[in-house]
Amino acid sequence: MTAAPALLVEDLSVAFRTRGGVVQALEHVSFAVQKGETLAIVGESGSGKSVTAYAVMGILDPAGRVTAGRAMLGGLDLLAASADQVAAVRGREIAMIFQNPRTALNPIRTVGKQIADVLLRHANVPRREAPGRAVDLLRAVGITDPARRADAYPFEMSGGMCQRVMIAIALAARPSVLIADEPTTGLDVTTQAVIMDLIGDLARDIGMATIFITHDLALAAQRADRIVVMHAGHVVETAPTAELFARPRHPYTAELIAATPDAAANLSELASIPGALPDLRRSDLPPCRYAERCPRRQTDCDVALPAAPAIPEHVVACWNPLS
Amino acid sequence: MTRTLDSMSSAIVHAAPPPDPPLLDVAELKKRFPVSGTIGPLARLRRRMKGGPVHLPMVHAVDDVSFTIRKGETVGLVGESGCGKSTLVRVLTRLLDPTDGIVRLGGRELSLTPAKRFARDPDRGRIQMVFQDAGDSINPRFTAFAAIADPLRRLRGLSGAALTAKVEQAADQCGLPRALLSRFPHQLSGGQRARVGIARAVAVEPALLVLDEPTAALDVSVQVVILQLLERLKTELGMSYLFVSHDLGVVRLLCDRVLVMYLGKIVEAGPAQEVFSRPLHPYTRALVDAAPRLHGHGPAAVRLDGEPRSPIDPDPDVCRFYGRCPRGVDRCRTAMPDLRRLGDREVACHFAEETPA
Repeated sequence: MTAAPALLVEDLSVAFRTRGGVVQALEHVSFAVQKGETLAIVGESGSGKSVTAYAVMGILDPAGRVTAGRAMLGGLDLLAASADQVAAVRGREIAMIFQNPRTALNPIRTVGKQIADVLLRHANVPRREAPGRAVDLLRAVGITDPARRADAYPFEMSGGMCQRVMIAIALAARPSVLIADEPTTGLDVTTQAVIMDLIGDLARDIGMATIFITHDLALAAQRADRIVVMHAGHVVETAPTAELFARPRHPYTAELIAATPDAAANLSELASIPGALPDLRRSDLPPCRYAERCPRRQTDCDVALPAAPAIPEHVVACWNPLS
Repeated sequence: MTRTLDSMSSAIVHAAPPPDPPLLDVAELKKRFPVSGTIGPLARLRRRMKGGPVHLPMVHAVDDVSFTIRKGETVGLVGESGCGKSTLVRVLTRLLDPTDGIVRLGGRELSLTPAKRFARDPDRGRIQMVFQDAGDSINPRFTAFAAIADPLRRLRGLSGAALTAKVEQAADQCGLPRALLSRFPHQLSGGQRARVGIARAVAVEPALLVLDEPTAALDVSVQVVILQLLERLKTELGMSYLFVSHDLGVVRLLCDRVLVMYLGKIVEAGPAQEVFSRPLHPYTRALVDAAPRLHGHGPAAVRLDGEPRSPIDPDPDVCRFYGRCPRGVDRCRTAMPDLRRLGDREVACHFAEETPA
């Protein structure tokens, strides 16, 4: 990790005010993604994967507040920058693909116009050329008959095609960082494979860093260079993909792998993870939020989390990791 | 009557030589829907007055599907969205009337009873269903207790203490703490809601349980628990399962046999382990290849791109997979391949024998 990362997130903490109290949704989340690299953020629902992406993009729900940390995109700290500064890079330097393409697209504008909007706003494309460039982009994301499809509304397209349009919009300005939040959830496995190929190919073409959020460990295993495992708003482990699956060190990572259907030969081999996510509104949360579910808990776990990374490249937030 | 006799004979051909009759016997089932909006009622009337053809374009959602489920068996049904899985399930559970064909449960021909009347039929309770998202399929104004009690009241005529006892028994069987029975769906976690959905279905002691992606909305750690619960309930209550899913990993773990559906037709059927380890139909192969794996192979060789053929009045002589199939030769668009038996497998492809081991 000598070169400056495309995106560096350090010590990010986010809290939400709710009627039931303050939810400490993220605490000290840190990771980096290099140019051309695919980083997967995996975890179960409620682990803070999406909140991380929303915080970095500056689109958190109004009830949420970044309480600490920085997100460096080149020389700009996205979390400290003014709204104008963020607006200038969002869409141009850093773009996002959302989980449900049909609701993320504008239902009353044709997809060609929606792509042209981005080109005009972020890619300095002259107004005259925008429609033609939109058609080119539709062709680039593998939509057949792009000139005709440019005039279609999102409801006239299948889920897979809408996701291709989302990708065209996200990549219109050739950003240096792409955040894809569950881009294939709800799509068929065959379509999923094609969409993931497409994101991978386009990322390679323009040397883009991809942060790919998923709950599907098998998909992350297949597509990511490195993986960040999150649990209850903490990053519990970060490692290169092969290393993580060969030698998971955090007990939670190991449990998560053992619960994935693909890992087992039969149903009784599948292991469930005891306990549930802790209530993040509690004021007496232990330093390690997994401690209360952890079979390897020891006294250190109730004092603080280990600070320094044990092994370079492979970082685990645990006092008693698996060896 | 002749239709019935024909269908019966074919049903006997399709069923593997059974020691006892199968629990569910589906023979040559068809479901078609008219395409709305293509031709209005006035235009249709005008055409009829002129004596012209009144043919409406039809979506062939389920086309000539035959299979059986034996007692205690778990059969998986896989295929991409739009392939007709859900229509097939809705016809089997008698929420829809078939256009043609037979659905027989334990010897009784259910397809003769119209869907509307079947709701009050004594056999209604013998086929039950667990829906995809328990959060959406439970009435938000029903407590967990009321949700589980509803079918018991309607189908078993229970009330009072007997009803309470039965609801509590179902909750216990499904690992749902009794203390949660007074809660509304929004006060329950995803896993707890899934348990309510299952308890509601098994409370009336069905012989066949149809599960439509019961764990699609759940995290892996919860999914494991629900799958193991389903496996235990099956043996405890002596049920058979039809398990609809597009998660091949889950189907492989849970199912004895699997049916692969493409555009309204079954293209491959056989023992789940075998079908997934050595798919014979090119569509099954693409499906297996596309499923991400934790360990092992990189990007797959077969990629299915593009859209399936139109399900509206498909050409009966063209293989449904033609155009997307990596093989696709002339023969595939002049003769539709039948579902043929190969050992303990059934495959609808001209070239099934040529698949390398």
